[in-house]
Amino acid sequence: MKVPISWLKEYVEINLPVEELAHRLTLAGLEVEEIRYVGLPLPADGNQETKISGFAWGRDEIVVGEVREVMPHPDADRLVLCRLDDGKQEHTVLTGASNLFPYLGKGELDPPLKVAYAREGATIIDAYSEEDPAALTTLKRKKIRGVESYSMACSERELGISEEHEGIILLDADAQTGMPLADYMGDAVLDIAITPNIARAASILGVAREVAAITDAKLRTPDLEPVMEGNSIEGKAVIEITNPEDNPRFVLGLIENVKIQPSPYLVQLRLKLAGLRPIDGLVDATNYTMLEIGEPLHAFDYDVLVKRAGGQVPKIITRRAEQGETLTTLDDVERKLDDFTVLVTDKAGPLSLAGVMGGADSEVTSDTVNVLLEGASWNYVNIRRTVSAQALPSEAAYRFERGVHPELAPQGVLRCLEWMRKWTGGTVAKGLVDEYPHPFEDVVVELTPGDVKRWLGITLTTEEIADLLKKLDFGVEIKQDLLVVNTPPHRLDIGEGMVGKADLMEEIARIYGYDRIPESYLAEGLPVQAGNRELDLEEKIRDSLAGLGLQEIVTYRMTSPAQELRARPPQEKAPEIDYVELSNPISAEKTVLRRDLLASMLEVVEKNFRNRDRIALFEIGPVFVPSEKGQEIQEITTLGICLSGKRNLPSWQSTDREIMGFYDLKGLVEELVSILHISGVKYLPESAPGFHPGKSARIEADGNLLGYLGEVHPQVVGNYGLPDRPLPAALLDVASLLAGVNELYEVTPVHDQPPVLEDLALVVDEEVPAGDVESLVRQTGGKTLREVRLFDVYRGEQLGEGKKSLAYSLVYQHPEKTLTDKEVLAIRNKIVKRLEKEVGAQLRSW
Amino acid sequence: MQEKLEKNKQEALDALDKIEDQDALDRWQSQYLGRNSVVMEAFKSLGTLSKEERPLVGKAANQVKVALESASREKETQLEEQRITESLASERIDVTLPGRRTVSGNIHPTNRTLREIYRIFGDMGFRIYRSREVETDLVNFQMLNFPPHHPARDMQDTFFIKSEGDRADNPLMLRTHTSPGQIHAMQEHTSKYPDDPPPIRIILPGMCYRYEQITSRSEVQFNQVEGLAVGKSITFQDLKGTLSNFARRMFGQSAKTRFRASHFPFTEPSAEMDVGCFLCGGKGCSVCKGAGWLEILGCGMVHPTVLINGGFDPEVYSGFAFGMGPERITMMRHHIEDIRYFWANDLRFLEQF
Repeated sequence: MKVPISWLKEYVEINLPVEELAHRLTLAGLEVEEIRYVGLPLPADGNQETKISGFAWGRDEIVVGEVREVMPHPDADRLVLCRLDDGKQEHTVLTGASNLFPYLGKGELDPPLKVAYAREGATIIDAYSEEDPAALTTLKRKKIRGVESYSMACSERELGISEEHEGIILLDADAQTGMPLADYMGDAVLDIAITPNIARAASILGVAREVAAITDAKLRTPDLEPVMEGNSIEGKAVIEITNPEDNPRFVLGLIENVKIQPSPYLVQLRLKLAGLRPIDGLVDATNYTMLEIGEPLHAFDYDVLVKRAGGQVPKIITRRAEQGETLTTLDDVERKLDDFTVLVTDKAGPLSLAGVMGGADSEVTSDTVNVLLEGASWNYVNIRRTVSAQALPSEAAYRFERGVHPELAPQGVLRCLEWMRKWTGGTVAKGLVDEYPHPFEDVVVELTPGDVKRWLGITLTTEEIADLLKKLDFGVEIKQDLLVVNTPPHRLDIGEGMVGKADLMEEIARIYGYDRIPESYLAEGLPVQAGNRELDLEEKIRDSLAGLGLQEIVTYRMTSPAQELRARPPQEKAPEIDYVELSNPISAEKTVLRRDLLASMLEVVEKNFRNRDRIALFEIGPVFVPSEKGQEIQEITTLGICLSGKRNLPSWQSTDREIMGFYDLKGLVEELVSILHISGVKYLPESAPGFHPGKSARIEADGNLLGYLGEVHPQVVGNYGLPDRPLPAALLDVASLLAGVNELYEVTPVHDQPPVLEDLALVVDEEVPAGDVESLVRQTGGKTLREVRLFDVYRGEQLGEGKKSLAYSLVYQHPEKTLTDKEVLAIRNKIVKRLEKEVGAQLRSW
Repeated sequence: MQEKLEKNKQEALDALDKIEDQDALDRWQSQYLGRNSVVMEAFKSLGTLSKEERPLVGKAANQVKVALESASREKETQLEEQRITESLASERIDVTLPGRRTVSGNIHPTNRTLREIYRIFGDMGFRIYRSREVETDLVNFQMLNFPPHHPARDMQDTFFIKSEGDRADNPLMLRTHTSPGQIHAMQEHTSKYPDDPPPIRIILPGMCYRYEQITSRSEVQFNQVEGLAVGKSITFQDLKGTLSNFARRMFGQSAKTRFRASHFPFTEPSAEMDVGCFLCGGKGCSVCKGAGWLEILGCGMVHPTVLINGGFDPEVYSGFAFGMGPERITMMRHHIEDIRYFWANDLRFLEQF
């Protein structure tokens, strides 16, 4: 809502500087997003709490001037010379303004044309600057086509009012020649963000009411008694409201014998500053009143209505659109109507989309003589649905879809008729036609100082509370400790009962001042204390993996099936994957919710591999799995890990710069499960989609699936254009990890008995998994075998085809005594025998 | 003999003075204290001496021996010190060469900020409550006092989810804010403690989604952290105190706060909390756009309708709620101008935290 200060001042006295007013409004919930200065002086430099734009017109340099004569330029057809008086002396001013040409050669003008005159040295906007539309320039003396020029009659563009630059500003005749233009029409425009609860302030009067309340000033209400010199409206029009729920009130006024002409310049200026385009005195009156009072109005050509009624008295009927009904709106679009759309119609058919836009047929034109003026009240839901279905936002609909009080309908019509009379010279018919089938009952809320104490914490007396509410025009009756609060007849945002109390709390707090309410700490005892085990575990995983050298990433949860398919080798038939699909995706890359972290991670590798020769990533986040009918959606928190490139960072010292593979990632996963104290973890050869069939494993803990670990399928690596080298990744289910965590793990005592160390090399068939060999060694070794560590895997001719040697370094230690060679030998023999029996292992001879 | 010994001692001490390395000292020791040295010869000759001479020569020889041994030890220590000094002097490294690089990992900037927020509110007794990202219109909007077609819905453009079957006014959607978690948390709480429920203090973090074009200022997904406190004596003063305390811990003890009226359908009264710009101290800078204040969070007293929907009697209970954007806070603290960095996962960005 753009609010020119000059307009606001018509309804409330303002003694504060503009920026201070903006600050006070902002604190009271009417956030001023920008102050645009149009001629008035800007605040001195310094802290600019509110964004500021525009520029000041020099009081001595830019004044009201009068053009007395428009004369031809001796040497240029497209330029004219003006004899102009600036209140001090006459000047010859050169201009190419199109709107002066009609006066060319007319001799002495009577009355003279009032213009915005910029003297030599004045600073105005450089209308010819190509780079910066707000660039300023200073007028200097120069010769144009042989005529000396040093000053200018300005266009709106040059004064920062609008983009208009074809013609110069022609002021109203009563502008006083020589007066500083800033004094005559300088302004500052507050751009206020109107939140839905404060829709009542979507008008100058509405904002003035707030200003009055927060600055303790008195509101001046507009005069609602137009000069009505015509015949009575009675019998000129009839109203029929089909459904009062949709259309609680409908009011008509009539003005006859209008003469369509432009409205006064100052009216046009205000409309422009408020963001609307002036049309003519008639249309401007409806828009001006809407901005002023907040009631959107619609003007019908009365004679068209009479004609449509076959010469009878027009009957206006409001009703829902019928199936298949259409209406051509005044933007010349034929619109198919929905059953929720409310129409203003007559017997011949629809006239307008109620509260949204008029129809082309009955709109006022430059030939209109008699005008029937509608002011109504509509159910916001229908308006909103219509605006959204027709994609047709409008100033009127903006207000109606936020709620306009029915009381504003007659007020708007009366006010507008007076403006129409003034600006078109018509005669206003006496009286209104007013249908109000179900008068709106303004809400009454009961309140006590105890309520205020309970919600806001502050102690106020009934009188203090009443004073605060009265500033906003609430009617308040005090009955001992009780306040009976009547909602004023312009607002619809106060609820009933408890909700109404809460609504009033906000009003009390706003007017009292949020900043005056003291701070306190929560006085109640602590709530039931409960941790969040899932989050704690996630955070532990984050810390562990970051500590192990991995970077956490967070990727988009939205993707497309095609993007996820990149993480599958081409021959792997795209399985029929059900996705959680968006019905209004924002782009072709974001049509579904992801089911997989692998594709997301590979995209990150793809993005970074040229900049980094070691990449180690993890992400913890949900994947989304739909159920059969798309009604239940599972969000499965998944941990993804991915490694790519070299094991270590480059260094000037020699370091291990091998490419990371399966075992690098397995080492990380082993470390992670050990940090988390998950026991009984097994790695079984099994491939998951997108992984190398021979280099991936299923991870289990005590038989429960934790996830998969492996090198990404080489063709998938190729899909992302990554170098042809191992790219290990793991996908783990966080809930399963959590289920495996043993927080009460046992710590074994540390013994000082001397350990016995020895190596054991076993030759087994290639197919025998090393994991099986190791667990057999551990099982057989029992408690005395404290450590088993594989230190070498060897394949070679002397072992024979299809054989491998696994060399373990073993540590034996007894908690209480020194082991003898004999005892160690006994265990060792037991191990060898068991392995020989179970997996055909042979002791390797060195 | 005594003279010879004395002369030998002088000669030895003079020679010792000139010695500069261990080899020379070894030779000196063998010359003056060795088997064939004058001193040892003197001891050997004792048997041939007369009863009278023997103690005199013995004593003299012993004195010389002790003196030479002591001088020798002293020399040895001196040489050792000299050797260490020389050795240290030659063993110099270039300390300006870069160290051996270790691989270090890092936590995503949003999660780092979230952790700080958890910690601060954790100290005030708030626990963390998380809820689902796919929501229904009922919980995401209606129960939070956004009726169908409410204009406040305009501020939260929504991603809807396809579902078979007509869900009428209750479509599935991606949550537009973390506030539906308030409803879940309150309902769980009040059904667990149906009679006289104890107070609630929770922090609700999580990813939210809005149908907005991706630009430097807006994203389709972003995190929110919401807070909720419900009890029997909670007032707007408590809201101000709790959140100002948070601001001082998050942004520094000198952080100023101000509360201005605002609107959220699920709180009444509603407010925005601004924090005095912690980068320029309120003088105005590029981060606060010259305003001196930064918009940090939205807050308010829980709307009676929301309390009822959560199972609380608004005649007895009251509460406050607030919500903020961890990405936005991270951006302000680290001068990040473009929100797209957060999910772009360029390691050159992430590694800087």
